[in-house]
Amino acid sequence: MTEQRVVEKREHDPGTPVLSVTGVSKSFFGVRVLHDVDLELFSGRVHGLVGENGAGKSTLMKIIAGVYERDTGEIVLAGEAVDHTHPIQAMRAGIATVFQEFNLLPERSVAENVFLGREPRRAGFVDNKGMASRTAELLAELGIDFIDPTARVGTLTVAEQQIVEVVKALSFDARVISMDEPTAALADNEVELLYEIVRKLAARGVAVLYVSHRLKEVFDLCDTITVLKDGALVSSGPAAELDTPELVRRMVGRSISTFFPPVVAGTAVGETRLSVADAGNAYLDGIDFELRAGEILGVAGLQGSGRTELAEAVFGAVPFTRGRVELDGRPVRIANPRAGVKAGLALVTEDRKAQGLALGQSVVDNALLVIRGVFARRTPAARRTVPGILSSLEVSSRGLDQEVQYLSGGNQQKVVLAKWLATGPRVVVFDEPTRGIDVGAKIAVYQLMRELAHQGVAILMISSELPEVIGMSDRILAMHDGRLVAELPGDSTEEAVLLAAAGHASGAAA
Amino acid sequence: MTTRRLRLDNTVIVLFALIGVIIIGAVLVSTVGRNFFSDGNIRDILTGMSVLGFVAIGQTLVILCASLDLSVPYVVSLSSLIAAETMQGRQENILWAVILTLLVAAAIGLANGVIVAGLKVNGFIATLGVGLIIKGYLATEYKGTAGSVPWEFQLVGASGLGPVPISTIIMVGLAVLVALFLRKTRTGHHMFAVGGNPAVSRLSGLRTWQPVVVAHVMCSVMAALAGLLLASRLGVGSPTVGSQGGYDLLSIAAVVLGGTLLLGGRGSIWGTIGGVAIFAVLDNVMSVMQVNPFLKDVVRGIVIVAAVAIYTGRAIERRRARFSKDASGSAGTPPVDAEVAR
Repeated sequence: MTEQRVVEKREHDPGTPVLSVTGVSKSFFGVRVLHDVDLELFSGRVHGLVGENGAGKSTLMKIIAGVYERDTGEIVLAGEAVDHTHPIQAMRAGIATVFQEFNLLPERSVAENVFLGREPRRAGFVDNKGMASRTAELLAELGIDFIDPTARVGTLTVAEQQIVEVVKALSFDARVISMDEPTAALADNEVELLYEIVRKLAARGVAVLYVSHRLKEVFDLCDTITVLKDGALVSSGPAAELDTPELVRRMVGRSISTFFPPVVAGTAVGETRLSVADAGNAYLDGIDFELRAGEILGVAGLQGSGRTELAEAVFGAVPFTRGRVELDGRPVRIANPRAGVKAGLALVTEDRKAQGLALGQSVVDNALLVIRGVFARRTPAARRTVPGILSSLEVSSRGLDQEVQYLSGGNQQKVVLAKWLATGPRVVVFDEPTRGIDVGAKIAVYQLMRELAHQGVAILMISSELPEVIGMSDRILAMHDGRLVAELPGDSTEEAVLLAAAGHASGAAA
Repeated sequence: MTTRRLRLDNTVIVLFALIGVIIIGAVLVSTVGRNFFSDGNIRDILTGMSVLGFVAIGQTLVILCASLDLSVPYVVSLSSLIAAETMQGRQENILWAVILTLLVAAAIGLANGVIVAGLKVNGFIATLGVGLIIKGYLATEYKGTAGSVPWEFQLVGASGLGPVPISTIIMVGLAVLVALFLRKTRTGHHMFAVGGNPAVSRLSGLRTWQPVVVAHVMCSVMAALAGLLLASRLGVGSPTVGSQGGYDLLSIAAVVLGGTLLLGGRGSIWGTIGGVAIFAVLDNVMSVMQVNPFLKDVVRGIVIVAAVAIYTGRAIERRRARFSKDASGSAGTPPVDAEVAR
């Protein structure tokens, strides 16, 4: 490793924040997602921002980054009120954001990505050498000597790409860098490297806003921790005054559990329907669980824990490559989605627009999608039953011929459900069943789950919404780093589930 | 210390493929008692390269921006006619005719670019439409060849340095300039960016329409150069010379064969020149061997499909693995391909 460069500390007065957010509120379609939030970031400090899903962390971060415009409130950067309406304005003013989805061009070199749109020129021509050497200097400031500025970004690991994003931020001379779940896609040995980079940024005088679900990281790195809940500020104070149980207590306890419908009378948990033993693939390992008829089994895990990969593996979209899977006591090999559907499985995907629906096709064509594709002979019969299924789900559309792209998120989700109900599934895997749909549609989805369970269908529900997991599940599996780490009873506290999913021994504090 | 990662670039693959085709071709040609490397044969191959070369260089820029240009054959024909009719066989008209031809082509390219980048019409459709308009004009205004080109201008297409035709030298010179343009100008850099990911480009503050318009203008101008070269060879302008050459699809095929991604954002001029050369060598070998013309197209087709299949196979990127695929319980993480320095 090259010798450590002396990082120059930026002049800063520790008394005044470099960025202060006061009284910021934001609503989407009449729903208030941020309510009168304050935040102060200081030069050279790492500020943790935590909260459950839907607490408003990402919205706040995007407002600071200039992606969203705030409804009310004030943002002051180094003593000046700012009003950024485009991310590039915020970047130029010195507020950089490392999003989970990297804004990088995989086909271009590291240096070309860092200086995209601001390529240094000499005599009118792009100075490729200068660009590479300036990128190398920025990398060296972070103590990174293993990334070649001329390497194509697509050849780098996720961790290295993240470093490129950080370097891009530095090249704008960022005074504030926010990072959204930066470790979600990293392997364990890469997390340590990210820690070092965050610390170097702080040592350089950058104010870091660190958004994470992973409480251990927040305690490891942050000087100050702000907790958001339901879009409002719960607390903001020195990390040293908090411990994990106290932090979890402040994050959880949302008051919405009332709308989970009760179990339908007469629902009985029956025989084992699906059993997975010692299974795994490139993203999962040691997956062991049993799912019974009439049961709702919840899976809780943080982003990057392998939640979606589990759904895809069970359904056959990205199949298990080892281990045993049994359906109703018979060994099965579900190597692709077609095999999954034929075996009686259904997968309600996380991203309904990209993976659930043919957006330009009609409601009825979407509802018949699986039948036509896999059980073509049953199409005439399904044509008669599908309208009934759609109306029992109360899909509101201007007729069955309306293109689904014009439906609301909730109605789209109901069409996805109809598509699967038409096949008469024995196991339904829900991946984030209520993401992006309104409360009314949420309740409809929950009621449908209860009804399916009553009919003896086995349900695997993967969700990042803890209240949903707890409100609906008979049992809860906690997932961490591609493994199932704990099984909890359905009436567990949010605290216990969150701790288990964060990789702490089940229910116990760190 | 920086470690440079070995990367088998598509351009390098094209170069190897070209060398392979030349070796196989040379052997095949020698079996019929001819010399592949004779001056005459090399001149034939290089002559075959230059017209398609001009068009394909321009097409590369457009495809890099994730657009397409299907109007090139008609621009080629129109250019040959404008040049020949303006020259009227007189040497003193050459300069002015060339300038006029290039200006008209630039205007067509500007129209293409504005329709694609401004009106957001898909490049395939936009340039098909503009091409049809030119085609209609050519079909109504011209019943056959027109105009004439002076002897001095015909020399451009006919003379050479040793076995190397002047036209090929001009074409390669242009390729050098365009490769430098891509490497050394912001607009060049931004062509890759806009073609690769318009959202990232916009968030980085780029004016995303600008590289697209420039690429379309340059592409049409290159097609006009091809038209000028054909006029010089034919001695007249022809309303069908472009469409007979099939320069729209052949140029796209050469670009893709050269490793440029049809979806935009990745590619190189030298890959394209390699693709053009492979086509020229294949054509030459099959002509010398007197292969049935239908079989020629079959061979071209196989080469194109095989090339794209190879590139696609290389481009599939998967989600990052956390565990090994087979061994159960193998803890943790795959090897990180850079050493983590502490």
